Amino acid sequence: MSSRENILQAITANKPSFIEPPIIEMKRAVLSSTEAVQQFISTLESIGGKAVIVEGVNLIRENLQLSRDTGAYIVNTIPMLGEVNDEITTATDAHSLEPVFKAYIGATIGIAENGAVWIYESEMKNRLVPFICQHLVVCLDVNKIVPTMHEAYSQIDVAKEGYGVFLAGPSKTADIEQSLVIGAHGARSLLVYLIAPVLK
Amino acid sequence: MDPRNFNKFYFAPIGATTMSHSKAAGVFIQDEPRTDWHDETLWFVREKRDKAVRQVPEWEQLRELASGIKDHTLSNLDNYLSAFEKNALANGVKVHWAADAAEHNDIILQIIRENNVLRIVKSKSMLTEECHLNPFLIEHGVEVVDTDLGERIVQFRNEPPSHIVLPAIHLKKQDVSQTFHEHLGTEAGNNDPQYLAEAARIHLRDKFIQSQLAITGVNFAVAETGGFVVCTNEGNADMGTHAADIHIACMGIEKIIPRAEHLSVFLRLLARSATGQPITTYSSHFNRPRVGQQMHIVIVDNGRTKQLGRPDFRNSLKCIRCAACFNTCPVYRRSGGHSYHTAVAGPIGSILNPNLDMKANADLPFASTLCGSCSNVCPVKIDIHVQLWKWRQVLTNEGYAPTGKKIAMGGMAFVLAHPSIYRIAGKMGRWVLRSLPFITNNKTLNPWYKQREMPTPPKQSFRDWYIKNKR
Ligand code: SF4
Repeated sequence: MSSRENILQAITANKPSFIEPPIIEMKRAVLSSTEAVQQFISTLESIGGKAVIVEGVNLIRENLQLSRDTGAYIVNTIPMLGEVNDEITTATDAHSLEPVFKAYIGATIGIAENGAVWIYESEMKNRLVPFICQHLVVCLDVNKIVPTMHEAYSQIDVAKEGYGVFLAGPSKTADIEQSLVIGAHGARSLLVYLIAPVLK
Repeated sequence: MDPRNFNKFYFAPIGATTMSHSKAAGVFIQDEPRTDWHDETLWFVREKRDKAVRQVPEWEQLRELASGIKDHTLSNLDNYLSAFEKNALANGVKVHWAADAAEHNDIILQIIRENNVLRIVKSKSMLTEECHLNPFLIEHGVEVVDTDLGERIVQFRNEPPSHIVLPAIHLKKQDVSQTFHEHLGTEAGNNDPQYLAEAARIHLRDKFIQSQLAITGVNFAVAETGGFVVCTNEGNADMGTHAADIHIACMGIEKIIPRAEHLSVFLRLLARSATGQPITTYSSHFNRPRVGQQMHIVIVDNGRTKQLGRPDFRNSLKCIRCAACFNTCPVYRRSGGHSYHTAVAGPIGSILNPNLDMKANADLPFASTLCGSCSNVCPVKIDIHVQLWKWRQVLTNEGYAPTGKKIAMGGMAFVLAHPSIYRIAGKMGRWVLRSLPFITNNKTLNPWYKQREMPTPPKQSFRDWYIKNKR
């Protein structure tokens, strides 16, 4: 008999009698959308990231252009910010992506309680981009911030694409004497632009 | 003690004689300033956990839910594993089943050989530690680079991790500096964590980019989607898997949860319990291999089905490896992870390991004060201290209890069963403590006195006091 059958049969023989699953119904204070945005910004700051609210995308476009003017390898995956780096596909290898200095990518939602953003594989173009770049810039609709992980999971479909990530702040480690060091293996910094509609 | 000696038992075959917890702890506490530092640092992590928890008013409700989801999952584990397998296969993932550590290691070696892989990176996986994968691969001429910073440090030093979340917590920055000076050529005597971490970043980036195969653990595997979640702060799991042509994810059978929405409960609990962060930096959801990539999942039993069959101990399988029980444990904090001589140390390790080998790990359930602090912080509400106490009964009945403890427990049982003797013994004890303190304060006669002040004994027992003050 294969290990598969052995394991499954041992479980069937040894498991306790059926226990009903609990229903997830969280009782908690409701956050207004302004409060959720404020909480997102302060939480992200507390974990080493930064979030700013911008009206429209003009400022982001300008900053992207300024970065490109320095000659550094800047990757943009968001069409409304300008030229998109089409050379990057799902198949681009690590050697070609290693020089990326800064990457601009979109996110689907943000979460107030922990400062995380959800990024689908299609938003990063290549799974390595948000990790291998030295600095990461994420653009998110300010109206897409939810209070907790419960709302987050009800609004995304985790299995829709091959890969997706909740990303909260820059990469970090405290493995040397519990001293916090920002910039372990992934991005050294994270800036989240919260895009608000342009007021007329 | 030279920590390098630890590899004696790291590489020792399961069942080989190792130093008992109390002996190894005795060695650990000889360096008093370091013991104090270890104690205080872990307590600091526990306090960070408390702070994070207080920000979530529904914390207790979350623990209740997490516990309920896990209880339910264990009661239907066979069906959920089959569903997970079916969905993972449909996602284009190859699924392997391993009865024990040896089969797990063989499966991985076979994948390595079939694909002629030379360069391998691994992110943190306590399961691969449990299975002693690294020493096994080295024996077969295959080198694996651990990429979690703490794990890389202990790998350079030929030591096992001493903590499941903070693998190098037993080391000071001077130790890391010396290790990196030897292995990475960093400046001698430069102890700046920033400088040392940067050196590791540069060294490991190169490894990531060159790697052909990446091994990761699994934090949660979702039955309904066939996908799995890996949580890290450093980003090493993602750097490795997205760069490599082959990804192997290793999971114990108990990592299954039924639905994606259940992830919300566990991800809210995990990092807060572990380090006091609201969530880990990266919670990566893998469903399908990327174009041109191979993705494998190895599902491992290694004693877990046996534990499932022990009603008193089965709910230890609910553990999500947050290590909150380590950080709060007065014994762990003052004895260090290596004194537990197993891959998973701390209170939960002391419940899991006797299941794997009662004889070799009989000392572990006794490495506890049964204070219950572990059970209080556990995010999935495992009754850890009760199970430790129950293991003591089982081990004593099976004849595996350490001799000293056996005599003490036998004596204790006799005294507890005879109330009049209990009272006389109490009177004698109080008299001895007051009149002849040197007897109990003697470290040879009374091991409890090591590193402790004995309390001043009350003149009266509670019973005497109660009888006198009844009215
Ligand atoms: S037993 Fe509970 S507290 Fe300990 S590591 Fe597991 S989940 Fe965390």
